[in-house]
Amino acid sequence: MEGLSLTTIGLGLIIIGAGYGIGRIAQSAMEAMGRQPEISSKIQTAMIIAAALIEGAALFAIVVALMKG
Amino acid sequence: MGLLTPDPGLVFWTLITFGLLVFLLKKFAWKPILHALKVREETIEFSLAAAEKAKAEVQDLNIEKEKIMNQAKADRDELIKEARELKQNILDEAKSKAQIEADKIIVSARSLIEREKNEAIQEMKHKVAELSVDIAGKLLEQEMEANDKQKAIIDRYLQEVNFN
Amino acid sequence: MRHIKQVILVLVVLFSTQLIYGADAHKDDASEEFDPMEMIMHHIADTHEWHVISYTNGEGHKVNITLPLPIILIYQGQFNVFMSSAFDHGHKVVKKGDVYYKLYHEKIYVTDADGTIHYDDHHNVKNAKPWDFSITRNVGSMFLSVLLLLWLFISAARKYGSTPSTPKGLQSFLEPLILFVRDDIAVAQIGKEKAGRFMPFLMTVFFFIWINNLIGLIPFFPGGSNLTGNISVTMLLAMITFLITNFSGTKSYWGHIFWMPGVPVPIRILLSFIEFIGLFTKPFALMIRLMANITAGHIIILSLFSLIFVMKSVAIAPVSILMGLMMFMLELLVAVLQAYIFTLLSALFIGMAVHEEEH
Repeated sequence: MEGLSLTTIGLGLIIIGAGYGIGRIAQSAMEAMGRQPEISSKIQTAMIIAAALIEGAALFAIVVALMKG
Repeated sequence: MGLLTPDPGLVFWTLITFGLLVFLLKKFAWKPILHALKVREETIEFSLAAAEKAKAEVQDLNIEKEKIMNQAKADRDELIKEARELKQNILDEAKSKAQIEADKIIVSARSLIEREKNEAIQEMKHKVAELSVDIAGKLLEQEMEANDKQKAIIDRYLQEVNFN
Repeated sequence: MRHIKQVILVLVVLFSTQLIYGADAHKDDASEEFDPMEMIMHHIADTHEWHVISYTNGEGHKVNITLPLPIILIYQGQFNVFMSSAFDHGHKVVKKGDVYYKLYHEKIYVTDADGTIHYDDHHNVKNAKPWDFSITRNVGSMFLSVLLLLWLFISAARKYGSTPSTPKGLQSFLEPLILFVRDDIAVAQIGKEKAGRFMPFLMTVFFFIWINNLIGLIPFFPGGSNLTGNISVTMLLAMITFLITNFSGTKSYWGHIFWMPGVPVPIRILLSFIEFIGLFTKPFALMIRLMANITAGHIIILSLFSLIFVMKSVAIAPVSILMGLMMFMLELLVAVLQAYIFTLLSALFIGMAVHEEEH
């Protein structure tokens, strides 16, 4: 891994995408919890599941990038 | 990537160890713990329900007691009222009876007095007549002697006369 | 207290003789160039000996005290068991029967008597590899965690009598955790009636991952091994979840995967393809997520401390230590969070599989 390889750039892109997505999920979940604190545990579970799905896709991409790179 | 290549030896040992761990913990830890927790929860739930029931029963009893108390109070008030009325009646009756008796006594006393009075007057009339006769007799006897003497005799006799 | 003494006694008896045996003054050049990449990779990977401590003795020699671990090899029907000290940290070739074994970059290869390693064009080793069932550092660390878990939970379980009582001591520490896994993970995702069947697995996997994450964070012997950051371990755990999920799948679960009700036929075909792929990507993500999170944590902490030696300056040490401390705090959170997420997602997949359609 010398210098700035395409793999590194790809990994950065993956992180940007996944980070943005998970950030949006967290934001929406927080707002929803603020509006309806009584069902916050349900919202939290849904948030973790959605975040995990995005994270799964991102991890998949990371693995592919590392294998090809 | 070496990091992403599974090592069969480690997979094998993990399978053995993890499998054994699940088995042992299931047998000696999870089963007794989860069972005990369930029993405890059920006991607590049961106790709470029993307490709630007991509370409701106490409440019912209280209401019942209140009702009985109120009834008793009402009964007592009724009794007292009746007793008062009875007392009043008895008193009134006694008073009126006493009045009547007194009136009767007075009437009879009056009639007795009247009768006695009449008798006394009658007696006095007899006595006066007798005395008059006596006095007249004596006067006649003394007529001849002195007027003063006569007068004194009359006074004396008159003094002896006792109207009673 | 009595139990702790017993555990320590067993450990001491197990390891004491070998510790002395393993201590040797190796004639490495103490002033060799520090390579953080190699150090980190060595730490992250599995090893065949358990490094206890290193120091430089009075004569400038580096002394490595290591705990030799049993090597178990199967090659061409030949079954060999010997201690890893026979390799002398990869400097010696071990002859068993008529096969020579060499330890090269923590992998065991079959070589000739001189221990020659052949490479192909991509610098990959061409030598034959025996089946390696050695008790490596990770396996040893796993045994340790299992002993710890068994001791913790069995001694806690013994305190639960036949009549309900208030929890005391260890019990009152573990009970909220057990209740958390039971109520907030298992029952919440699977449902009250069906959760009981999967409870032992979910409980065990949660505490197994958590305690191994924590043991991995202990920076000295016998901690520090990267067990839950090893793909073999996470693969096996994810595979168990995958098998449990698909073997307990109901009719409606399979119906939703292969013939989604309520959508047009072309989309059904497309969906069934996606759902079928999803069957495998879900446990795959479980496997990678745990491994990547834990390994990344180890790499970051080690990199922060490597800074001191790369910069060759004491001045960087306070920064390094402060940031390392912060990372440690974060990793403590990650340790429980990853155990939670792994268990939660396992419960969720199982819950989806056992869900009965009511319409």
